[in-house]
Amino acid sequence: MGDNIVGIEYNRVTNASSTDFPGHSSSEDNSWDIEKFKDQFDIQISYITERTANFDLVNIDTSISNAFRRIMIAEVPSVAAEAVYMFMNTSVIQDEVLAHRIGLIPLKIDPDLLNWVDKTQDENERYTEENTVVLSLDVVCSKNTHAPKNSTNPKELYKNAHVYAKDLKFEPQGNQAERFKNSPVVASDPDILLAKLRPGQEISLRAHCVLGIGSDHAKFSPVATASYRLMPVIDIKEPIKGSSAKRFQKCFPSGVIAINNNGEAYVKDARKDTVSREVLRHDEFDGKVKLGRKRDHFIFNVESTGAMSPEEIFFKSVRVLKNKAQYLRNCPISQ
Amino acid sequence: MASQQREGFSVPASISHAALGQVTTKSLGVKYNCAQCASSFSLGKNDAIRCKDCGHRVIYKARTRRMVQFEAR
Repeated sequence: MGDNIVGIEYNRVTNASSTDFPGHSSSEDNSWDIEKFKDQFDIQISYITERTANFDLVNIDTSISNAFRRIMIAEVPSVAAEAVYMFMNTSVIQDEVLAHRIGLIPLKIDPDLLNWVDKTQDENERYTEENTVVLSLDVVCSKNTHAPKNSTNPKELYKNAHVYAKDLKFEPQGNQAERFKNSPVVASDPDILLAKLRPGQEISLRAHCVLGIGSDHAKFSPVATASYRLMPVIDIKEPIKGSSAKRFQKCFPSGVIAINNNGEAYVKDARKDTVSREVLRHDEFDGKVKLGRKRDHFIFNVESTGAMSPEEIFFKSVRVLKNKAQYLRNCPISQ
Repeated sequence: MASQQREGFSVPASISHAALGQVTTKSLGVKYNCAQCASSFSLGKNDAIRCKDCGHRVIYKARTRRMVQFEAR
């Protein structure tokens, strides 16, 4: 097996760290070269939907792809409620708990349309129409006089018994009605339950939403998950035939192993493998198969919370990393 | 009653009310809710602690509409 394969044994992993860096061996150069990188690097996109992107980064070092993953989670800015002004809350859910829940609701607000809040400014002038979006939530629960007889369903018995994220209404300030004309400000998941009410109970509040980053608070993270796994490698050392091949196939998720016309098992799609190591538990396949993972092939899965498309989040993470590198280069210590 | 008073300042006819420690305004604007029938009412100084509708003796002070700020964290 090549030296960029992480070996997976029944109880351990081997060859886990990379060796292709300058100074590791005297025979190879291994210094980073942009032309070589351009030549080798590849992106393969499996699918991109409105909320999820699945793509591969091939021939890239762990340090870089892990940096992208971490930046997507913690440093790509997004908008979330930061201050909640409560006028009335007679529901059973406490003020601070309700405020916390409202903070965690993913909002469909394009972060590029807002500026950063200047924390150095005086608190009274800090929040402007340029950096803050106001949402209002005003719900009063009442009895439904037209409820069907003998009904026990609160949704039929009462009006506004359930308060959802969709009840948050955008209140445009200044020129915001014009600015957010093409992208209406709503909760990206409208059916998040915020509170339950009974007749006579009321919630009335304003939420001020600002830009932030995930390292400050998880509510500012633009991704639900951003993760990668390494490309699985299944190396069949000796032919596996007949009924043994059938059993071999059963050790993997469906679609990974196929059987050809000669009744011999072959690897059809290693990418689908979960690397459960089930095959290593059977003595019958001892020494016949070698499991591994490609160290420089990253299968990314990025799931957006709805404010941005998942590919945009990835592009922004690249930009953030680039800005960090540029900042470092301009630091006097680097000369 | 409250709107009448708000129309303008009128010189009190005598200061004896204040001297006696009596409150001429009956309602202070504090609302109470009955624990039994959930009706809303206000109470005067010498009123019994009782719901005006059902007579229940357990009542709650209603929450004011004063704004409270919270961090959504």
